[in-house]
Amino acid sequence: MIVRIGPEDFDTGAELARLEALGGGAVASFTGIVRGGPDFESMTLDHYPAMTQAALEALANEANARWQLAGVTIIHRVGELRKGERIVLVACASDHRAAALDACAFLIDNLKTKAPFWKKERDVGGIEKWVDARESDDEAASRWG
Amino acid sequence: MAVSILYFAWVREAIGTDGETLDVPASLLTVNDLADWLALRHPVFLDKSRLRAAVDQVMAPLSAPIAGATEIAFFPPVTGG
Repeated sequence: MIVRIGPEDFDTGAELARLEALGGGAVASFTGIVRGGPDFESMTLDHYPAMTQAALEALANEANARWQLAGVTIIHRVGELRKGERIVLVACASDHRAAALDACAFLIDNLKTKAPFWKKERDVGGIEKWVDARESDDEAASRWG
Repeated sequence: MAVSILYFAWVREAIGTDGETLDVPASLLTVNDLADWLALRHPVFLDKSRLRAAVDQVMAPLSAPIAGATEIAFFPPVTGG
């Protein structure tokens, strides 16, 4: 299991290749990318350092217990990010596609509602605004029980 | 008892500090009690509907007990991913 939090970018291909080498028959992944309209300048991700690692490891352990994964990787960046930059990678290796795909969806849905990260957006005029949580994220997480 | 109270995101900005160590009265039993007590010094606690909490680094509802806790954090609903 790899759970990593920090400002550094990650190499999606290298991370997936590591999971592909574990001997399972399937690897599924989700990559989150910074997006924004024409006025968007940048996004800053704040987090609760003492809690974040444990919260993500708990989610990875829960996914592993439910789907018996060969490997799990969760990487989440913090700090200031620009449009098009990677924010998060969730990837799961398993013997079969359903387990890999479901575990991956479970992890990103739960990460979005349970891991202590907060996004703040800055527009081209320098105005900063904290991003509001969305009810649709809670609904997505609740489908996993 | 001395408890480390931490604030994140706009809760931190509204209060003006990322945390403080406070002598929390033993009469406060839950996260909700603590939030009401903190409202006396920080108006951001007057509207608890927008606040979430963690007790000793685990997400906790307002009804969660705080006896024995050493670190309690308040923050907005999370928006990572």
